[in-house]
Amino acid sequence: MKNMLTIISNALCRITGRNVGAQTVSELLIDLSEYVNVTSPPAVPALAQTQAQTQRQPPKPPPVSTRAPAAQLVSAQADQLDTPGTRAVVSRSFADFTSQATFDIKKCDVHRLEEGPPLKAELTREQGLRYYRIMQTVRRMELKADQLYKQKIIRGFCHLYDGQEACAVGIEAAINPSDHLITAYRAHGYTYTRGIAVKEILAELTGRRGGVAKGKGGSMHMYAPHFYGGNGIVGAQVPLGAGIALACQYQGNNQVCVALYGDGAANQGQLFESFNMAALWKLPCIFTCENNQYGMGTSVERASASTDYYKRGDFIPGIRVDGMDVLCVREAFKFAAEHCRSGKGPIVMELKTYRYHGHSMSDPGVSYRTREEIQEVRSKSDPITMLKERMLSNNMASVEEFKEIDIAIRKEVEEAAQYATSDPEPPLEELCNHIFSNDSPLEVRGTNPWARLKSVS
Amino acid sequence: MLSLHIPTLSATLLKLSPSSNSRTKTQRRHAAHFTFQPDPVPTQYGPTQKMNLFQSVTSALDNTLASDPTAVIFGEDVAFGGVFRCTVGLRDKYGKDRVFNTPLCEQGIVGFGIGAAVAGATAIAEIQFADYIYPAFDQIVNEAAKYRYRSGNLFDCGNLTIRAPWGCVGHGSLYHSQSPEAFFAHCPGIKVVIPRSPVQAKGLLLACIADQNPCIFFEPKILYRAAVEQVPVEPYTIPLSQAEILQEGSDVTLVAWGTQIHVMREVANMAQEKLGVSCELIDLQTILPWDTETVCKSVVKTGRLLISHEAPITGGFAAEISSTVQEECFLNLEAPISRVCGYDTPFPHIFEPFYIPDKWKCFEAIKKMINY
Repeated sequence: MKNMLTIISNALCRITGRNVGAQTVSELLIDLSEYVNVTSPPAVPALAQTQAQTQRQPPKPPPVSTRAPAAQLVSAQADQLDTPGTRAVVSRSFADFTSQATFDIKKCDVHRLEEGPPLKAELTREQGLRYYRIMQTVRRMELKADQLYKQKIIRGFCHLYDGQEACAVGIEAAINPSDHLITAYRAHGYTYTRGIAVKEILAELTGRRGGVAKGKGGSMHMYAPHFYGGNGIVGAQVPLGAGIALACQYQGNNQVCVALYGDGAANQGQLFESFNMAALWKLPCIFTCENNQYGMGTSVERASASTDYYKRGDFIPGIRVDGMDVLCVREAFKFAAEHCRSGKGPIVMELKTYRYHGHSMSDPGVSYRTREEIQEVRSKSDPITMLKERMLSNNMASVEEFKEIDIAIRKEVEEAAQYATSDPEPPLEELCNHIFSNDSPLEVRGTNPWARLKSVS
Repeated sequence: MLSLHIPTLSATLLKLSPSSNSRTKTQRRHAAHFTFQPDPVPTQYGPTQKMNLFQSVTSALDNTLASDPTAVIFGEDVAFGGVFRCTVGLRDKYGKDRVFNTPLCEQGIVGFGIGAAVAGATAIAEIQFADYIYPAFDQIVNEAAKYRYRSGNLFDCGNLTIRAPWGCVGHGSLYHSQSPEAFFAHCPGIKVVIPRSPVQAKGLLLACIADQNPCIFFEPKILYRAAVEQVPVEPYTIPLSQAEILQEGSDVTLVAWGTQIHVMREVANMAQEKLGVSCELIDLQTILPWDTETVCKSVVKTGRLLISHEAPITGGFAAEISSTVQEECFLNLEAPISRVCGYDTPFPHIFEPFYIPDKWKCFEAIKKMINY
């Protein structure tokens, strides 16, 4: 019985890509070869790894707990190919692939600008694979969060980002890790692109001590170096973004701040206060509206008198960008960052994008839009598929390579989920920590005069 | 050896595995900290119907829209019925010019409501969660509360009622669980009302709407579905600024409002059974202006007072009650007034079960008071 259970659970681990004890690998590969696309016999995993390494030199995974400054996520990412149980790599040499190609991208609508971002974007093979990997990781991570939520392992609020990956990845590709970014509550994608590992994100969602904010913040409150969250109150993060831009200007460090908000928040008064201040003082702030067509359940036509969100800055120049095309986003943000860095003041961006899930996990997402609409966007404008097809049709990568990346990502996310479910919850002492900044521990008044906890900061 | 404690695998495997305590762990977290205890069916208001809290609110709004042609309901997502279903069916019944959505702008919603009320319409504004009421704080405190006073009674916005879901809900964390009644209690000119059950909710809401002062009506969101009672179908009002004595007693006075009443009911039972202590339970109902007379009379009788609320203890409304009672009833007090409230921290995400003032903490407080 136990042996059978072991085999079954191992088998399922294998399918889901989880890391299993090394001694069972060969057994598994023999048992389950019909599920897995094995292209070389299991007896030579070591050789396969060397092959993989010469082909792609996967750099070390980004440091997890040391929180290195925006760990070069966009420039380098681990492939996780050097773990037992990995399948062999397809042997195709570099010469088979085009290393760089130029793509036509959509023209962006502009407001108060003579010229907009370029109409062509260059993409190298390396960049393409990188963007694909990051977008796919965000996608898988969000789907895993969906799964964990339905199993009631994640509770509270969970706003998923799938469908909008091109925005996060495109922005990160265009700005430097030393630039700043702040967004609203649909923040898991940005937390990842700004350098936090998947397992820390999932552990934060499940409220464990290994989470980004020690389990005290949850879905909406994740932070990283130069990433200011993760904010629950709608629109409140935009004046903060303007303030960060002021600090950049004051310190003269040539950095910019990307302040993101949604189409629902675009009607908040504090946004217009921020626009005014930013324009008055020429702050290097890129105000970005991620327009996913619906503010919770309200479509943009029913919420806004003007749905041209890129024009809402009035006296501030604006650009409307196709948010489903990662190259379009990248070029537009390179243009915008250049605009800000040259001292011309703020700029308003509108990314036309789409979310597949509902507003949050408690919203099925189909009461205010049709399933056909969601399906149509998924089939015609999915950002990951678009990038993949572009690369394949220009012979920049092979189908097998993408599959491998998918498998590696699946495994990473699975391991992260395992970590997130098994990590212990934060200790009770954390309840009161970090309320104020204090040198000596501060006593916190509790539920009755005899219950006191200490707050350490 | 591979551990069989693997929550991420399919349910069948979970059932097969010998020990899997992840399921019981999540189940434990679902247990609410109270049990809703319905009141006896009211007979004096006519025929009744089984309703939960959000349905009783819908009923009250329905009665209002039917009887008052100037009544309008607006807020985020109220048109399709609201995120808590409080306005279901009203738009279809009364038209889209009377029940309509606003964009996402709390300051705008309340400001707009004040204007509509001043001009004569009965304005019922909904703020989606009490946690989001702060952008509107200036409008409420500086405009709505002071309108009558500053115009020497020429103008007033008494026709304004603001409704907002309030209080902890089990998984709300920082921004979906707050109880901001104390912030508004500090502002003369508005009324703050919190019901404990569907019957109370309908009566108090209708009283707020009828009242010629701007009122804020906080609805305990955890009770929206959990609280089911027989509620009169016809309109009726329950007087504001009158606290209700739910249970007579002679040893300790318990004061609470909203969800906490149900916790205190259990505490009163526990005190009776385990300590032989007879508790007098008072539902404050109206936070501002609050019924000082009822509470003080009760403390004169019992000599001990326990006040409990979910909001943080420092500056919470229990502080105001405590201070007033010690002024009025100093010589009658047998023990210091006890406050069992939330910690002085932001409302936590994962630590919620530790944060809330549950029945055990209240029971402990009673024990200490009795043995003082």
